[in-house]
Amino acid sequence: MPDADPIARHRNRWFAVILLVGFSIVFFLPFAWMVSTSLKPLNETMSLPPRWLPSEPQWQNYPDAMRAMGPFWLYARNSLMLALLNVVGTVASSALVAYGFSRIEWRGRDSVFLLLLATMMIPFPVVMVPVYTLFRELGWIGTFKPLWVPAFLAGAFNVFLLRQFFLSIPKDLTEAARMDGCGEFRIFWQIILPLAKPALLTVALFQFMATWNDFLGPLIFLVRQEQFTLALGLQNFQSVQGGTAWHWLMAASTLVVLPVVFLFFLTQRTFIRGISTTGFK
Amino acid sequence: MAEIVIDNLRKVYPGAKGQPDKVAVEGASFTIHDKEFLVLVGPSGCGKTTTLRMIAGLEDITSGSIRLDGRLINDVAPKDRDLAMVFQNYALYPHMTVYRNMAYALELRRVPKDDIRRRVENAAKLLGLLEPDNLLERKPKALSGGQRQRVALGRAIVREPKAFLFDEPLSNLDAKMRVETRAELSRLHHALQATMVYVTHDQVEAMTLADRIVVMNGGRIQQIAPPLEVYHRPANLFVAGFIGSPRMNTITGTVTGEGDRVIFTEKGTDHPIRLAMRGDLARLLEKHLGQEVILGLRPEHLADARDLTDPDPGATFEARVDVVEPVGAETWVYLRSSAHQLIARVPHAEPRTDIGHTLHFTADLSRARFFHPGTGESL
Repeated sequence: MPDADPIARHRNRWFAVILLVGFSIVFFLPFAWMVSTSLKPLNETMSLPPRWLPSEPQWQNYPDAMRAMGPFWLYARNSLMLALLNVVGTVASSALVAYGFSRIEWRGRDSVFLLLLATMMIPFPVVMVPVYTLFRELGWIGTFKPLWVPAFLAGAFNVFLLRQFFLSIPKDLTEAARMDGCGEFRIFWQIILPLAKPALLTVALFQFMATWNDFLGPLIFLVRQEQFTLALGLQNFQSVQGGTAWHWLMAASTLVVLPVVFLFFLTQRTFIRGISTTGFK
Repeated sequence: MAEIVIDNLRKVYPGAKGQPDKVAVEGASFTIHDKEFLVLVGPSGCGKTTTLRMIAGLEDITSGSIRLDGRLINDVAPKDRDLAMVFQNYALYPHMTVYRNMAYALELRRVPKDDIRRRVENAAKLLGLLEPDNLLERKPKALSGGQRQRVALGRAIVREPKAFLFDEPLSNLDAKMRVETRAELSRLHHALQATMVYVTHDQVEAMTLADRIVVMNGGRIQQIAPPLEVYHRPANLFVAGFIGSPRMNTITGTVTGEGDRVIFTEKGTDHPIRLAMRGDLARLLEKHLGQEVILGLRPEHLADARDLTDPDPGATFEARVDVVEPVGAETWVYLRSSAHQLIARVPHAEPRTDIGHTLHFTADLSRARFFHPGTGESL
């Protein structure tokens, strides 16, 4: 036991701190570089040796980038709408399916669950073409539908995550609810969901990030520019302008990333509080 | 208030691949009378909890029937049975306050708000949840184990159900709380005049709480009787051994007739205990002359012969004192006859019996029970 020895404990603690700080720097560096570049004049973005900080912060880059990107607020609205629809759809459908896999007994349940898990092993590029064909048959290409309707059909990973969490909720609680007079749906709605808040928030945040950052989906299924999302809009800087306006691209990227960062800080306390303190037993 | 009639109840869990099916309850039939406190007792895995859960509706019934006030409820959903259950782990909703925990079932039944408040407050008062501290607005995690248990009781009481079902409700409490809550349950039963079905593995709880006890083992009912009858007239060796602490002494021996006397002779030794039977017992054993039987005798029915003014010579034997355990008001004396280990409860606070000495002990044969060595059934 390292705990028994105060010197060893001290050493372990320092080791952990150094490791964590090290990783933080590695992950923070690209972000810092992005923000720094977003404030440089164009000629400083590619200078050699690299400059860490702009000679003079170019705040003007931000409004300029938004203008250069095209209809920035329209893109933002599209992104936000898709993200919210996806979050609502994913949380609602995954939770419902996870309840069925964790709290209701039915024949073949575990086999079906395994099948569901197996779908996680199929990478998106493999199904991309058939899915495209499917949506084309439905006449959905060029509409938002391919980008949000599937979210209401519960994804394997989220179902798995929520099922594991639901399983940790004592069976006694649902049985007590059943004795109190709850039907299956009310147990789900009034007992399981309130207790699963941390897990639901996790799923919601993951889904928000995934949709917000999704580039491939909008690229494939959207046709008209006024439907584009922010992630797709960023591409304008690389293709439309000929050379890449790095300072604007980085300024726009910073703006796009900002809501996700904000959302993460807003919800992180719930994550960390997590399962341990919800007060079972 | 209600009468529950259980007839030939059976529960089989299908075995996993290649495993045989597991029979949890087999041929259970009994009636829980209106206002009765019935305790299901037995070792773990005996089917008592499964039986209770079938009554609750939380477990499907393989075959047999359960009737509540004459109505067949085999396939009635738990919520429509109007039974309240108190769980071993309390099963309070962690995200609701004590008040809402207790009010929840009533809200689902659309009881008017004023009624709910009145009923919750009455129950809370009855259970001491208002004094000294008002606990109604607390969350379960801010309560002690005993308080949680009382909230769980309160949740059942406010329902005013047809019957209460208890699944080992005291087993998570410490020894002191358990004794207090046990007494509280007794008071509650008296105050509410309700039908209660109670599952426990603890024979002391069964003895102290029950109007009648159902002893179960291996999925089958062993005996149904009031506590003292179970104690004094166990139906078989299992019940004899399970109920009572320290456990009942059993001595294997043979029955012989000597003249007009019926003698029980301990088996498997050259210096056997020999006991002369009289009266009813002699008439009972006469039917088993020459056969092997098992004698059962409670420890309190074995006395140090020196304590008796006129010990019956036909019921007195010699035994060596093995261990002496003073337990306060009395002393438990472990004896060795030549073939059996026996325990006597003697009413001395001060142990005065020396270990290793051979002394005379007298059995109160009027309290003796005899069992068939093959079937274990009482003769």
